Amino acid sequence: MRQVSRVLSTYTADVSGVCSALYEMGGMVIMHDASGCNSTYNTHDEPRWYDMPSMVYVSGLSELEAVMGDDDKLLRDVERAAKELHPRFVAIAGTPIPMMMGTDFKGIARLLERRLGIPVFGFATNGTHSYVSGVGMALAQAAKKFCLPKEQLSGADGGQKPCVNLLGVTPLDFSVTGNVEALKEVFQSEGYQVKSCWAMGSDFEALIRAGEADVNVAVSVAGIETAIVLEEMYGTPWVLGLPVGPKLTRRVLEAMDLASATGKNQLPLALEIDGVAGKTERNHRQTYIIGEWVWAMALRCSLIAEYGYDRVSVICPLESEELFADRLLTGREERIPGVLDTAARAGAFLEDEDQIEERLKDAELVIADPIYRRALPKDRAVDFIEFPHEGYSGRIYRKDIPVFIGEQWNQWFESRE
Amino acid sequence: MTIKDAGSLTPFDSGVEYSAPARGPWNIVHVGTLVPESHQVFVCAQSCLRGVVLTAAEMNAMDRFSTIAIQERNILKGDMEKLIINGVTDILNKLPKLPRAVEVFSSCIHDFIGCDMEFVFGKLRREFPNVDFTDCYMTPILRKTKFTPDAKMRQQLYSLLKPVPLEEKMVNVVGNLEPFYEKCEILSMLEQGGWQLRDINYCGDYDEYQKMAASSVNIVTQSGTLSAGEALEQRLKQKLLYLPVSYRYEEIDGELKLAAEAMGLSLPDLQELKDRTDQALAHAAKVLAGMPVAIDFNATTRPLGLARLLISHGIRVITVYADSFGKEEEPDFYWLKEHAPELKISATVHGKMVVLPRNEAEQYGGRLLAIGQKAAYFTGTRHFLNMLENSGLHGYEGIIRLARWMEEEAVREQDVPSIIQVKGWGCCG
Repeated sequence: MRQVSRVLSTYTADVSGVCSALYEMGGMVIMHDASGCNSTYNTHDEPRWYDMPSMVYVSGLSELEAVMGDDDKLLRDVERAAKELHPRFVAIAGTPIPMMMGTDFKGIARLLERRLGIPVFGFATNGTHSYVSGVGMALAQAAKKFCLPKEQLSGADGGQKPCVNLLGVTPLDFSVTGNVEALKEVFQSEGYQVKSCWAMGSDFEALIRAGEADVNVAVSVAGIETAIVLEEMYGTPWVLGLPVGPKLTRRVLEAMDLASATGKNQLPLALEIDGVAGKTERNHRQTYIIGEWVWAMALRCSLIAEYGYDRVSVICPLESEELFADRLLTGREERIPGVLDTAARAGAFLEDEDQIEERLKDAELVIADPIYRRALPKDRAVDFIEFPHEGYSGRIYRKDIPVFIGEQWNQWFESRE
Repeated sequence: MTIKDAGSLTPFDSGVEYSAPARGPWNIVHVGTLVPESHQVFVCAQSCLRGVVLTAAEMNAMDRFSTIAIQERNILKGDMEKLIINGVTDILNKLPKLPRAVEVFSSCIHDFIGCDMEFVFGKLRREFPNVDFTDCYMTPILRKTKFTPDAKMRQQLYSLLKPVPLEEKMVNVVGNLEPFYEKCEILSMLEQGGWQLRDINYCGDYDEYQKMAASSVNIVTQSGTLSAGEALEQRLKQKLLYLPVSYRYEEIDGELKLAAEAMGLSLPDLQELKDRTDQALAHAAKVLAGMPVAIDFNATTRPLGLARLLISHGIRVITVYADSFGKEEEPDFYWLKEHAPELKISATVHGKMVVLPRNEAEQYGGRLLAIGQKAAYFTGTRHFLNMLENSGLHGYEGIIRLARWMEEEAVREQDVPSIIQVKGWGCCG
C-alpha cells in the first residue's frame, strides 16, 4: 500500500535538509517545531554536530501557540537569540504543525529582517518531503541572497582550465568519510580550480564569490536549484554529474570544458558510454542501484562503461518523477536537453515500499543502503552490495560509507563485487 | 547562574532550544518495545518518522516496527482515518505472524485535524479480534503541558493490561525503565513479607506481561510516571503506592514506613541503614578528595536532592545541569540557596549552550566527576558516571551503591563521546 513501510526506513526530511545545507555558513537556523526535529536532525542527520558547533535550534512550539496561531513568541525568541549570538543570518524552517497553522514564513522573515538588520530566510518546509528539496531550496536561496553582483567580482583568472563551483554537497549525500575532499581533489588534480563547494568545507567569502566560476557542477539533485540560480545571476553554465570511476570522471571533465566553451548545460550521465568491457555472467545480472538520483546514475554509468554491465536500472525513492521533472523544466523546455528521457530510460522514481519490492522481483544484484536488504525477494538469493547512505540509515553504517569519487570507487566496488 | 540568584524552580528564560548530543534517555520507541510480542505502527510525517525509524533500526527492532507516512494530500483530503485503517491492515496482513499487541502512534497532526481515532481503533479491533490494540502518541506539541508525552507513554505501556481478579501478595513496579537495584531495601522488605514483584522489564512474553494485571499494588518511584499508577488504580483497582526516589533521609524513612503499613511489611533497621549510608558517603568523599562533581537532570529525577546530599556529606558539587526543577525539589532548592549559594545551575537547552566552552574539566586537570551524560558533555570530563533516570537505585541502599559508583568513576577514564551518543542507553547500548 502507498505510504506504508513495513520493512524500510525513511529518508531525511526537508527541514533537516535546510539545516544541513546552511550548517557551515555562520547563520542561525531555527526549526519551527515543538521538539523532536532537532534531536532527529542532530542524532541521525548531522554527523558534524558533536565536533563542529553550529547555531541550529528548535523553536519549541507549544500547543497553545499553535492553537492560537501565535507567532509572537517565535519572533521574540529568535530576535533575542540573534541579538545575543550575532549570527551572519537567520533561517527559519517549517515542520508539519506550522503547515497546519498556515505559518507565513516569508512574512516572518521580512519582519525579522527589518528588526535585526541581517538577512533572514523563511523556508516553508513541512516535513513531508525529502531532504533533497530542503537542501535545494536552502542553497539556492543562500546563493540568491549572498552571492556578490557581477560588478563586485574579479574576472576570469586566465587559467587554461575552467574554474568550478561544486553544488549540492552535504553530509546527507557525501557523509564525512572523505568524499568531499576526494571530490575537490578530482578536479584540482586535473588543473581545475574549485572556487567553492556548496556547502561543505568552503568559507563564506568563497561562497559569495561563486559568480567567478566558469562552470558549475551540480553533484546531486539538491544542487540543481542553485545551479539554475547562478545561471540566472551570472549566465554560468552547469553540468549535472558526479565523477565516479575514471571514465565518467573524464566525461564530467569534458562536459565542464564543453559547458564553459559553449555556455550550454551538459549531462554526462547519458546512456551511451563507449569502451564497454566483455560480457560475463556477472555483468549480465539484472542490477538495481537504489538511492539519490545523480549518485545512482553515476554508479550506473561506471558499471556500464567500466564493467560491461548491460542491465542496470536506477531506483530513486527520494522524490516523485513529477517533482524531478519540475526541477529540470523551464516551461516545456528542458534545462539540459534529453535529461528527462535519460532519467526515464535509466530507471524509475519509486517512493513506496511496495513498488520497490515489486521492482526488485527480478533483481540479481542490488547496490543500496544496507536497510534495503529487507526489501529483497524472499524466495531466492540476490547479490547485495551494501552502500550506506547517510541520508537514509543515518549514522548506523557510517563507518562503512566508502569514498566513491574517481578511481576510489573502482577499488571499493571491485573489493565488493 | 548560581543558585543564590535563581528566583524560582524555573530559573531560565525559555527561547530557541539547543539539543546536546547526549542521547542516553529512552524515547517512545524504546519504551514501547517493553511490551513483549508487540508491534509498533507510527503514523506521522516523514520528518517525525525519521527519528523513530532509525531508533528502531539502531536497536535492531525493525521487525517490530512499521510506519505510515502522512502526506500533504491526506491533510487536504481528510482521509486520515482511512489511511490509518488501511495502512495498519496492510501491515498486519503482510507480517509473517500476527503480533499479540499493536501500539498505534498518532501524532500532533491527528489532534489538530480532529482525526476520529475511536472509529479507527473500533474498526481495527473488529478486523483483528485476536490482536490487542492501544493508542500511543508522538505529540511533542504537548511537551510543555502538565501531562507530557513521556508521561502518557509510560501510562499507555500498561493500557493493554486486561482486568482480572487481583491476587494478594503480588506487586508491580510501574513506569521504570530499569529494574530495581537488587539490594534496595524495598525489595528485601517485599521478599521478607512474602510479596512477589512484577516488572515489565522482566516480562519475557505477552502472557507474563498480562499477569501484571493481577497484582494488587503498584509501586511508582517518580513523579513523571505517577499518571501510569493513577490510571491503573482507576481502571484495574490496583492500589497505588508512591515511593519516589529521594535523597532526604526523613523522606526515605517516611516512604519505607508507608510501604510497611500499606503492605503489612516489617521495617528494616532504619538507623543502621542511615549509618551505613553516611559511612559510604564519607568514604566516597575521602576517595574523591575534593574532586568537583557535576550532576544532570537525566541522571536522576532529583538532581538538587542529590546535590544537597553530597554537599552535606563533604563532596564538592559545583554544577547542576537542568532546565527547570520539579515541585518535589523545592525543599532542596531552598536548602541549597542557604547552604551552598555558589552552586552553579546551568541550563542544557538554552541557545547559548552551543557557543559556551565545554572544557570546565580542564580547570581541574581533568579531574571532574560528571553524574549523567549531559554533565559529562558540557564539562568535557572523562570521569563519568553513566546514570540515567536513577538507574534502578532507590532508598538507602541505592545511595550506598551510588557512592561506590562515584568512587569507581572518579578514578576511571572513559571514552565519553562513544557512550553518550548511543540512543536509549541500556536498551541499545
